[in-house]
Amino acid sequence: MNCERMDTRLIAYLDGRVNDAERREVESHLAACRACRTRTEEFRLLWGVLEEVPMQEPSPGFDAGLRARIAAEPPRPSLWAWLAPSPRLAVAVSLLLLLSVYISSRPPARVQDPAAPPTDAEFRMIKDLPVLENYDVLANFEALSELPPQPAKDNKEM
Amino acid sequence: MLDVKAGDDASFELLLHKYRTPLVNFLNRMVRNPAAAEDLAQEVFLRVYRARKQYAPNAKFTTWLFHIATNLALNALRDGRCRQMEVSLDQPGHPGAEEPAAMELPDRGPSVEQQMIARDRAAVIRAAIHALPEKQRAAVLLHKYHELDYDEIARILECSESALKSLLFRAYETLRVRLAPLVTPPMA
Repeated sequence: MNCERMDTRLIAYLDGRVNDAERREVESHLAACRACRTRTEEFRLLWGVLEEVPMQEPSPGFDAGLRARIAAEPPRPSLWAWLAPSPRLAVAVSLLLLLSVYISSRPPARVQDPAAPPTDAEFRMIKDLPVLENYDVLANFEALSELPPQPAKDNKEM
Repeated sequence: MLDVKAGDDASFELLLHKYRTPLVNFLNRMVRNPAAAEDLAQEVFLRVYRARKQYAPNAKFTTWLFHIATNLALNALRDGRCRQMEVSLDQPGHPGAEEPAAMELPDRGPSVEQQMIARDRAAVIRAAIHALPEKQRAAVLLHKYHELDYDEIARILECSESALKSLLFRAYETLRVRLAPLVTPPMA
């Protein structure tokens, strides 16, 4: 073992947490290396010195302060808490109900009876349907271009 | 802790009674501010109380407890919440100012002079520990003062056991040099 390997073994050796083989290896190196022997001894002394720092008791108000902080904790939601409606949800559901009642209470919109006779505008559209269907043919029919332009409807009515 | 999980408040009191002193001491040595240390220790217990229902005994309770405490202390140090009590290694001579005398356990027996010497030595040691990098400091405190196993400390500090042994070695080596006047081998 060299001095570098001692770096990783020394703490466990001083703690007594090495196996027999490791302990023999460390002790063999310590017997041969004065620097590591000195360091090991100083580590032992250091650990003793560190114990000179006394433990301190918490202040008398520690427990009371902790209990006050625990008491100030918001209550944890229970398993069934999710079933209780929140105010926002309750308002939203109420508004939705009111809206549905209002819509259902309105008179139904006038639905055109398919059996009712067609109006004048519908009749004209039906009458012009063959023309509309053949629009492309009529648009390219040269004979129609000879017709005089039709006067504006407004002028005609005047 | 399993009793606490089951809702036994008396068991929580037992945990509090058993761990409050080690926890306050650990945190005080980490942040070197008694008021902040107590505040952080209360926060640790509060978190334990909040998480009691979810507690799973995957690791030792002490590992969990000191893991929370270490993280809180490191966060507090990084946020600068504990700076007002930091003392330079060059000015170690104000032990009374660092920690209130009222919190010290009374020493019975030694003379006033011996008490003053002991107090001065303790102040120097505290200052040397506090001057260590945060992770080394936590490792030394958990190893030396709370006697946790390597695997526990490694889990708390989130490193491997071999990395922890190197960390401890470097920390003790630094302390050995800084506290050399106190660490004097007996004359052969």
